[in-house]
Amino acid sequence: MTPSVLSVENLTTAFQTGDGWGEVVRNVSFTVKPGETVAIVGESGSGKSVTSLSIMRLLDPKRARVSGRVMLEGTDLLSLPESAMQQIRGNRVAMIFQEPMTSLNPAFTVGRQIGEVLARHTDLGKSQIRAEVLRLMERVRIPNAARRIDEYPHQFSGGMRQRVMIAMALASRPRLLIADEPTTALDVTIQGQILDLIKELQQETGMAVLFITHDMGVVAEIADRTVVMYRGDCVETGSTERIFAQAEHPYTRALLAAVPRLGSMVGQDHPLRFPRVEMDSGRVNALPPVLNPVDRQGTPVLSVRNLTTRFAVGSDLLGRPHGHVHAVENLSFDLWPGETLSLVGESGCGKSTTGRSILRLIEPQSGAIQLDGFDVRDLGGSDLRRMRRSAQMIFQDPFSSLNPRMTVGQTVAEPILKHGIAKGHQARAMAADLLAQVGLSPAMMDRYPHEFSGGQRQRVAIARVLGLGPKLIVADESVSALDVSVKAQVCNLLMDLQERLGIAYLFISHDMAVVERVSHRVAVMYLGEIVEIGPREAVFGNPQHPYTQKLIAAVPIPDPSRRGLRRAMAAEELKNPIRPRGYVAPRRDWQDLGRGHLVMNTA
Amino acid sequence: MPGAAHPRDNQGNPSMLIHIAKRILVALPTLLIVSVLVFSLQKLLPGDPVLALAGEERDPATLAALREKYHLNDPFLMQYLRWLGGVLTGDFGVSLRTGQPVLELIGQKLPVTIQLAFMSMFFALLIGIPTGILAAVKKGTVLDWLANVIALSGLSIPNFWLGIMLILLVSVQLGWLPASGYESPFVDPLRSFQTMLMPSFVLGTGLAATLMRHTRSAMLGVLSADYIRTARAKGLGSREVIMTHAFRNALLPVITLTALLFGELLAGAVLTEQIFTIPGFGKLIVDAVFNRDYAVVQGVVLCTAMGFLLMNLVADVLYVLLNPRMRTAL
Repeated sequence: MTPSVLSVENLTTAFQTGDGWGEVVRNVSFTVKPGETVAIVGESGSGKSVTSLSIMRLLDPKRARVSGRVMLEGTDLLSLPESAMQQIRGNRVAMIFQEPMTSLNPAFTVGRQIGEVLARHTDLGKSQIRAEVLRLMERVRIPNAARRIDEYPHQFSGGMRQRVMIAMALASRPRLLIADEPTTALDVTIQGQILDLIKELQQETGMAVLFITHDMGVVAEIADRTVVMYRGDCVETGSTERIFAQAEHPYTRALLAAVPRLGSMVGQDHPLRFPRVEMDSGRVNALPPVLNPVDRQGTPVLSVRNLTTRFAVGSDLLGRPHGHVHAVENLSFDLWPGETLSLVGESGCGKSTTGRSILRLIEPQSGAIQLDGFDVRDLGGSDLRRMRRSAQMIFQDPFSSLNPRMTVGQTVAEPILKHGIAKGHQARAMAADLLAQVGLSPAMMDRYPHEFSGGQRQRVAIARVLGLGPKLIVADESVSALDVSVKAQVCNLLMDLQERLGIAYLFISHDMAVVERVSHRVAVMYLGEIVEIGPREAVFGNPQHPYTQKLIAAVPIPDPSRRGLRRAMAAEELKNPIRPRGYVAPRRDWQDLGRGHLVMNTA
Repeated sequence: MPGAAHPRDNQGNPSMLIHIAKRILVALPTLLIVSVLVFSLQKLLPGDPVLALAGEERDPATLAALREKYHLNDPFLMQYLRWLGGVLTGDFGVSLRTGQPVLELIGQKLPVTIQLAFMSMFFALLIGIPTGILAAVKKGTVLDWLANVIALSGLSIPNFWLGIMLILLVSVQLGWLPASGYESPFVDPLRSFQTMLMPSFVLGTGLAATLMRHTRSAMLGVLSADYIRTARAKGLGSREVIMTHAFRNALLPVITLTALLFGELLAGAVLTEQIFTIPGFGKLIVDAVFNRDYAVVQGVVLCTAMGFLLMNLVADVLYVLLNPRMRTAL
């Protein structure tokens, strides 16, 4: 048997809380062998990140107490003095983090930040370090490395920054790489590239990888063995194949059942509720599809024609912009009552700007928007207010979109009062009823948002918009920040409301698997334009535009048997839609594949 | 990011010059408004400059002649425009009291105050920044508490009191430093340094407190940033993490603040120069106000406002120069 690179034995981490020490990781044990990839998977609060920080001893010793043993090739890291630990960090064990946007120091060039590791842990001279940094940047496939070595982090995209982080981690040829959610903040095509890169580099160097993630698709794709964590405990450890095929612990089974899987909707005609999973017992109950009728011969609730929204960039001495971000360019689509149209695409593609332009939270440049009889672009004052009763929005971050100083009851009652729908006791009774409709107890009305979990807050946000009886809800990444099990519940709630009230959703999301589940129709956006739109089963089953195909292919599939398949994608950055002043957008042609499936012709 | 400027060629970067030009353009209307305010506010001041000028003389004919001579009978707008026209051509008028050109007076007194300002700022930075860093790194310990107590005292002890106490102790009791007076550094550098030491210390301590508080909070913000965790994960020692990775980023707001505090120094100088009888800007303006010496007050206040705006501009430009993100965003 090969000796382990890392052997964690009975690791327990406690944080100082208001009343004594609270354990957030309890008796976790696992090993990582040379060349092996071990994934720690769990939902938020499972203690997976704390485990990795405990191994690296990066927690503040005043506030965190770590016990047990962490053996790195025979040395117990927990017993080393801090100075010896500094010799190990970045040298024998390297780490990459979730947030590439904030994990690099904005004040120093990337070359300097990579070189720092070499200066710290090797005897190389200045010019040798620079040569080695260049080699590392080329090795993580950063295009034009020689030019980019002197650039600052803000000049790099998220994916490229994560490559810089990886170059930094590889600099001193570590025996173990700890990757803490390294692809979570990245777009799906970029995620695929980064996962491929880590796999390749691992094969070249034979280093061990400890991969921390919440995404079962990523686990299936990258891990040889998997450690499942739940509320600070390690509930199951085993080979990834075994975990996926025959998980022993009910929580593991529940977690796997709750994961939205791309391609699970083949043969389904209607949006399908996620199965109800009991997290403790692992029991799975399938739920019926959403069967409310959508009449596409009738009048659409929302009709968008040639919508264009641009933002000015920079300004010269006379205040004229250098150019414009063509965030939304010549967009047209219809949305019928009771229907869900999903806008999908990667960051910067204009999907959120579209949602905001439709509600006039952002002023569009041109185009026509008909919303429930209102000509949105011509509305002023009181008409704009009345329009807002027809169309409402739910945002991504349930933590910042509720006012922390207002009770949940006040939050839900506020739009009812402001729009004069009801007053006093009546409004309060309505708010209680709305909370009940979204699955919360009216007894919670006098509590404040911080007492609620993320999923509960998102339910409050839904109750708030329901009070106005909207016909259209723009859901902007509304379930993206939630854990899988909660995500499924909130999606089911949205689908229940649609079936019952006939609400139309403009569902803005980057999560292809969720979109496939909840949508009637799908529009794929790229650089401000819709490149493909059509019925869900057509867009997912028969994608025609190259970008749609790429987007679908990049989604990690929670199936370990597909592991080892490479996507063979080049290291690309997302292009940006900034155009110089005076730019004229090209004319686009569309091919009609029938049943409303339109594909932009690529030139 | 296409078209992003290469970080090394920011010298002579035209967008930087455009940025500066824009800031100056924005500053001009401000200056004009200040000039109107300065000119009209003092018209509201009680007292008649002619009476101050004439001294014991109360002969109406003499007073009328004086009024005529200094155009004090003209309509307000005419007086303002005449003054503004003069200012634009470098003529700030003459002191009603001494007959000396205002510009010459300012030229004599300004260097004194500038010397005081720079030495004060030196003290302020010397005390404020290290204690700020220390307080942030040792947050919640006795050191942090001590630094805060000192800062609070620095803010709440009035300059004049500290100045008088220092004079009593250092000059009167110990006889180490002169209690007052001034010597140009070009004539006798040592003597100049000695006379300025106490006033600049007094003026500097107040600013040091502000700087300390800001350095501390900037450092605290930066120390919890993700890139600090990255730096530690690289195996860097705490000294390097704090002094290189954290401080470089915390420095940005502190430098902006420093430039702005220079403006505040001019105000603080008024009192300090009185206590230590330093013939600087502060003393000039106090004397001018007491003597109803309009031309001098106008010139000095306008000059101070220009100093403020200039320092704002410097703060602006420094911020851009030191912040790679701003540099390419221009």
